Amino acid sequence: MKAYNKVLMIVAALSLGLLFMFPMWKIYLKAPQYPEGLELHIWVNKLGGSSDHVLQNFNILNHYIGMKPIHADSFAELQYMPYIVIFFIVTGVLVALIGKRNLVMGWSGLLMIAGAAGILDFYLWLVDFGTNLDPKAAIKVPGMTYIPPLLGNKTLLNFEALSLPALGSLGIFLGITLSLLVYFLSRRAASKEQTIKSKYALV
Amino acid sequence: METLITKLKKAAPKAALLMAVAAGAALQGCSHISGSETANAATTAVDSDAASAVYVAPGKHDELYSFLSGGFNGQVSVYGIPSGRLLKIIPVFTQHGENGYGYSEESKAMLMTSHGFVPWDDLHHPKLSRSKGMTDGRWLFVNGNNTPRVARIDLSTFETVEIMEIPNSAGNHCSPYPTNNNEYVIAGTRFSVPLDMKGNTGDVSLDKYEEEFRGSISFIKVDQENGDMDLDFQILVPGFDYDLANGGKGPSEDWVFFTTYNSEKAGTLKEVGASQNDKDYLAAINWKLAAKYAKEGKAREMPANYYHNKMDKNTHMAKSTVKKKVRYLLPEECPGMMYLLPAPKSPHGIDVDPTGEHMVVSGKLASSIPVFSFSKMQEAIKNKQFDGEKNGIPVLKYESVLKAEVKEPGLGPLHTEFDGKGNAYTSMFVSSEVVKWRLKDFQVVDRMPVYYSVGHLMIPGGDTKEPYGKYLVAMNKITKDRYLPTGPELAHSAQLIDISGEKMKMLLDFPTVAEPHYAQAIKADLVAPRSVKFHKLDENKHPHAVKKEGEASVKREGKNVVRVKMTAIRSHMTPDNIEGVQVGDTVYFHVTNLEQDWDVPHGFAVMGANTAETLIMPGATQTLKWVPKKAGVYPFYCTDFCSALHQEMQGYIRVSPKGSNVPITYSTGKKKTAPVASAK
Repeated sequence: MKAYNKVLMIVAALSLGLLFMFPMWKIYLKAPQYPEGLELHIWVNKLGGSSDHVLQNFNILNHYIGMKPIHADSFAELQYMPYIVIFFIVTGVLVALIGKRNLVMGWSGLLMIAGAAGILDFYLWLVDFGTNLDPKAAIKVPGMTYIPPLLGNKTLLNFEALSLPALGSLGIFLGITLSLLVYFLSRRAASKEQTIKSKYALV
Repeated sequence: METLITKLKKAAPKAALLMAVAAGAALQGCSHISGSETANAATTAVDSDAASAVYVAPGKHDELYSFLSGGFNGQVSVYGIPSGRLLKIIPVFTQHGENGYGYSEESKAMLMTSHGFVPWDDLHHPKLSRSKGMTDGRWLFVNGNNTPRVARIDLSTFETVEIMEIPNSAGNHCSPYPTNNNEYVIAGTRFSVPLDMKGNTGDVSLDKYEEEFRGSISFIKVDQENGDMDLDFQILVPGFDYDLANGGKGPSEDWVFFTTYNSEKAGTLKEVGASQNDKDYLAAINWKLAAKYAKEGKAREMPANYYHNKMDKNTHMAKSTVKKKVRYLLPEECPGMMYLLPAPKSPHGIDVDPTGEHMVVSGKLASSIPVFSFSKMQEAIKNKQFDGEKNGIPVLKYESVLKAEVKEPGLGPLHTEFDGKGNAYTSMFVSSEVVKWRLKDFQVVDRMPVYYSVGHLMIPGGDTKEPYGKYLVAMNKITKDRYLPTGPELAHSAQLIDISGEKMKMLLDFPTVAEPHYAQAIKADLVAPRSVKFHKLDENKHPHAVKKEGEASVKREGKNVVRVKMTAIRSHMTPDNIEGVQVGDTVYFHVTNLEQDWDVPHGFAVMGANTAETLIMPGATQTLKWVPKKAGVYPFYCTDFCSALHQEMQGYIRVSPKGSNVPITYSTGKKKTAPVASAK
């Protein structure tokens, strides 16, 4: 592998660091009496929002429909996900240093699987919160569930919910695309090396 | 042909009828026009663009905040300008059942004075805090006239946070005047009183006014960072009535000017007795020199007894401190500190123009408006152009300090403000008009009738170095037919006038709360961005705050006190079932609002409590005291419509006879038992 490929691979690994700097996902809520909006920010290691008290305000609104209160403690993922990300950063850098094409592909594949698993896990939580409601809730709408959208927007009673990946997810996207790019570029280089070698053989 | 004739014949009566109706309508139209002219001449004076000039579309904000004093309601009303929308009423010297101010255990101390609890006052003059001679939007200082007090309102919360009682004063009308950087807020007494020099007024025969009565001017030091007030010293002045004041600017910024009347020193029927002299005085005090004298040991000290009440930011509790001493200066011992300028007939307003050169004195009984010159005053002092002295204070010669007189301005001039473009505007109480005149040649250039009998007028920043000369608000003392009648007691009226052009344009009438005297206004962007949305629960240091529902408690303390530490959050209170209270117990409900969101106050009231509700802002704790008189069950509830299930936000407290063995228990939702109180 050429030096620039190795550098690119290191960039791919390090771009996962964005997950520690920005939220992965954002859920925006808008209602007539919330002109300023409410934003729930999902990080790799914590929950946050547009203000310090977004979770409390989410929970106050949600308790009327019997949704379980959302607390960072309820999600084991927030404990171990950071280690997975660190694992990918470290192994990514190692892969770059070793410079083996197949390892690049393997790293990329694993990251895709991990990303997909993360999104699936996120979706399962949304379903759990949206359907597993307290039967004694003050507001009960027959047949109504409150699964927030995974991607895009959805109207839930008086709230308009919009769910979008945030800058942290860009880290995963960059990790995957850059590593695939490395794989692709190094293949061209490898095949060129092949042809050069064969030319020498001919001479 | 026949048919045509018959047709005409048939049509003729109809045509005639049509003609008659048309003529009638025309006539009626005429009489209608003339009728409206006689009924209300004012409507024709309204500018044709007035509606669009004051229209603030739904959801849009006003350009300015204005703070109108409430006079005899002891409050400040906040209005948006130009819409005239009422934004808030800030209770200052008066109990406010609406939010429990002055009723709640936390705020009662704000209204304590050396005379005990005084839950009312007459609030006249708001003055915004200043930086470099410009309003800075941090605080609003206001005076209590009746029981002399000066209060400070914090404009990040729009709450009264400090009240300072003024000793040796009576009728704190000439107050509060901040210097250009709030170094001092200055307060003068309207009523001179006999001082016993021990902190009280003397038991003196009322015939001895002339010999025994004195006035005082107080210098309150203001902390530059947090605004805290401290009475630094007073100047004991001759026994006149001190009416109004204003500070200098630029070249005159070391000086403060006070109008006085009753230089005759009449003690009775002042209406006549105080109106005998052709001239009273404008008192000029060099506050910097006074502060220097006070610092350098010229000040003496006398015993005093006055209250200083402060609201703590983190506990939301007010605390009173009783001050026992006050320092004072005597003008006769402090050369160069104070001068008297003769001013025609019982002057009222004293206003200094933006350049600081002109002092405009509005003598309410005078036929012209004298304008004094600061540079001439300096010259006269230097050349000792004195006309004798009064109580050891030099009196300057009228001609030596007079710049010009505004001739035939109107009747009953009271107050003047400036537009920063070389014009002055004076209110005329008797002729009921606002008069615009030029500072360059002292000529009247425009008049605008106002309805009726204007007192103060206000231009945003009109008392600062750089006025915002777009609007003028006239505060009128008489309302009569301006609005739909509401019985004998009417709202006072304010009028908004466009002063951006050559000619004044009448834009808007709006009713006000109680009696606005003076007002202040400031661009919204100097105040709005700093407005607090809610208090942080983490920073709540109230000794009885509970920050989690799990920590709510009911405890008997000693024999007769029960402390309920309660939480409120949409849409329940914890606890909401309480038992074990007995007749005659003093029950304190310490309610903490756990919300951390904008505009979610909760209220609290209990049946039969001899007090007002308390309204608790998010993150704060407020206390309602209740002494049940009869056994039974009493409901309590949230009084502010907080949420869809607000009506469900309620609870019960059971009161048993004295000595009953019902233990203290409390719960929300499912029952849980608490340890029985040890006190028997």
